[in-house]
Amino acid sequence: MLEAFFGNIPLMIILTGALVGCASTLVGTFLVLRGNSMLSDAISHSIIFGIVIVWLLTRETAGPVQILGAALTGVLTVYLTELLFSTKRVNYDAAIGLVFPVLFSIGVLLLNVYARDVHIDQHTVLLGEIGFVWLDTMTIGGYDVPNALAFMSLVTIVNLLFVTLFYKELKITTFDPGLAAALGFVPGVMFYALLFLVSATGVAAFDAVGAVLFIAFVIVPPSAAYLLTDRLWLMLVYGSVISIASSISGYYIAIAFDVSIGGMMAVMTGIFFTIAFLFGPRYGVIARAYRRQGERQENELRTVAVHLYSHEDTEDQAEENVALALQTHLGWSHEAAHRVIANGISDDLFIRRGNLLTLTPKGRATARSILEPWRNEAPATP
Amino acid sequence: MLELLNDYTIQTVTMGAALLGISSGVLGCFAVLRKQSLLGDTLSHAALPGICIGFLIAGARDLGSILAGALVTGAAAALVVLALTRMSRLKTDAALGIALGVSFALGVVLLTYIQGTGNASQGGLDSFLFGQAAAILRSDLWIMGSIALASLLLVAALWKEFKLVSFDPGYAASLGMPVVVMEVAMTTMVALAVVVGLQMVGVVLMTAMIIAPPVAARQWTRRLGTMVVLSAIFGTVAGVTGAILSATARGLSTGPLIVLAISAIVLVSLLVSPERGIIWEMVRRWRDRRALRARQVLTTLHAMAEQHGNRHYPAELGSLDTFHGTDTRRALARLEDRGLIRPVAHEPEITPHWELTQSGYAEAERLAAEIVGDR
Repeated sequence: MLEAFFGNIPLMIILTGALVGCASTLVGTFLVLRGNSMLSDAISHSIIFGIVIVWLLTRETAGPVQILGAALTGVLTVYLTELLFSTKRVNYDAAIGLVFPVLFSIGVLLLNVYARDVHIDQHTVLLGEIGFVWLDTMTIGGYDVPNALAFMSLVTIVNLLFVTLFYKELKITTFDPGLAAALGFVPGVMFYALLFLVSATGVAAFDAVGAVLFIAFVIVPPSAAYLLTDRLWLMLVYGSVISIASSISGYYIAIAFDVSIGGMMAVMTGIFFTIAFLFGPRYGVIARAYRRQGERQENELRTVAVHLYSHEDTEDQAEENVALALQTHLGWSHEAAHRVIANGISDDLFIRRGNLLTLTPKGRATARSILEPWRNEAPATP
Repeated sequence: MLELLNDYTIQTVTMGAALLGISSGVLGCFAVLRKQSLLGDTLSHAALPGICIGFLIAGARDLGSILAGALVTGAAAALVVLALTRMSRLKTDAALGIALGVSFALGVVLLTYIQGTGNASQGGLDSFLFGQAAAILRSDLWIMGSIALASLLLVAALWKEFKLVSFDPGYAASLGMPVVVMEVAMTTMVALAVVVGLQMVGVVLMTAMIIAPPVAARQWTRRLGTMVVLSAIFGTVAGVTGAILSATARGLSTGPLIVLAISAIVLVSLLVSPERGIIWEMVRRWRDRRALRARQVLTTLHAMAEQHGNRHYPAELGSLDTFHGTDTRRALARLEDRGLIRPVAHEPEITPHWELTQSGYAEAERLAAEIVGDR
């Protein structure tokens, strides 16, 4: 049973992809919320340096030592970036863009030099080889488990534990670092712990998706989730669901077109993000346009109600409170004026008597609530 | 060495590197000054799908269509970033990351698709990832050169406008300048700079060539004109150094070498440039601290003298140290050098004592008056 499970290559690939996505989402959510997304860019590039250095020192290409050692480079990158920024000579984004290329360049050159001995080539660095995760396996409890899957599971569990155990701390340091510091939560420590986990996830995911695609997994699912909900835990859930869906759909599309599986999975996160961006229930483009339209219509009705009210029972009523006046005096187009009149009548704000538009009691109340808002609070006592 | 310069490949590579350095050096200045450094990162990663699309359309490794493709997808990515920040509640950093990650993924997918079709000339595409100076042809130089020239002419023509929009967009808008058009033009320039450098540095590291030369140049000057020229020089020096190293030592990617060269220039500029150099600032701070310490000690001696009604009150070293919470011997030695205090013996104690000289007392009075005046 389990043997068939671990022997199922497509399942292993999809599972690895889903774990990369989930582990990245767990930590990426906080980067996106803090406004530090591009640090994942810096980290993912510079862990190459760490991976090569750790390999030179220990001759280990994967495993816990590699994950811990190389992850330190990610933290080092952020530390150097902050150090450079603290000299006040460059902006923060320029500091990011100055530090990581150096480490990345050294990493690539070392790869060039040791190309014959090390198993990673330039391609792997950028693209990963998720399609071949089943090649390297280890034996756990009598079963052959793909290395990448085992390490990704480990990292996912660690990330999950971190987020659950420090949920409250993460929440407060993310949303209100000032308060967190005042309450003694040491936001800096939480920040670096988070970055360490981002780096560790990047190293573990490196064999599967490479350095650059990892950025997509860290930033895109949380961003999509951010457009779908206001609740932090739901954001984590949605992000994970999107990652899993991207992994499954990306795998089958990639197989169908014979293209990079990891790349397609990352593209799918982009597709799901686009869907969230367009159709999100509250923050989606369409929902916002629809809401804005509703607000505009409501505003138009309020304008008409006030207009009618202010000229009601005056001498120029016959000139002002007619359909034509909405075009000549309020500057609306013919179509707009007609639409507003139709909406107003169906909303029971005014009725049409011959040419004249006459407010209903409801319409009068609307106008009065705008012109004399204080009456709403204290009922009139003449 | 002369032989090296006569080598055809080396000549080509050097010219390519110079073009890269000049265009990214000049165009990057505006991106860095407008605090949009990482836009260059996104644009360069987003060039990858464009390279593949250009290749697919041309059906061969035709540099013109490849660079055109890179320019188009770069511009599209910039538009996506703009749309995401304007039309959603995401911040700029997330928008940049999304555009970068997804477009690079798309590029990877297209790259593997091209490899799958088994097109014989696809081998050349790999060189766009990390840069391969040796792969540059003479004919490529014409294309790179004309793009670089066109973008430089654009900068020259709109110099005043770019300057104003970079430093004070609000004022520019109030003068009735089409700020949005200018910003689009400057973003396009970043994309152009990326495109020129793609063959030399590659998509992944091109960002460094946009950011590093301007940052280094900024250290040496306050004037935009000088900064742009210096930036171009730094970019060229780094480009030529990296390219020649890469072309002579086979197997080393050009991009990383160029990046390390320009980063070394940045580091030196950050440390030793006059005015803004970090080392000079540290020296300045250390001097200030030393001067302040001397004034503090002098003031203390003066206060003790006043307290005891004795202008030449001998103050004991240990009590001075304790009062200031630090070793004061160096400060005392410097004050003695300036003739403001002198060591005295105070029998029967054997520890060193100091008293104010005539000029020392006057100086301390002056300082005290200054402090009171400041209040």
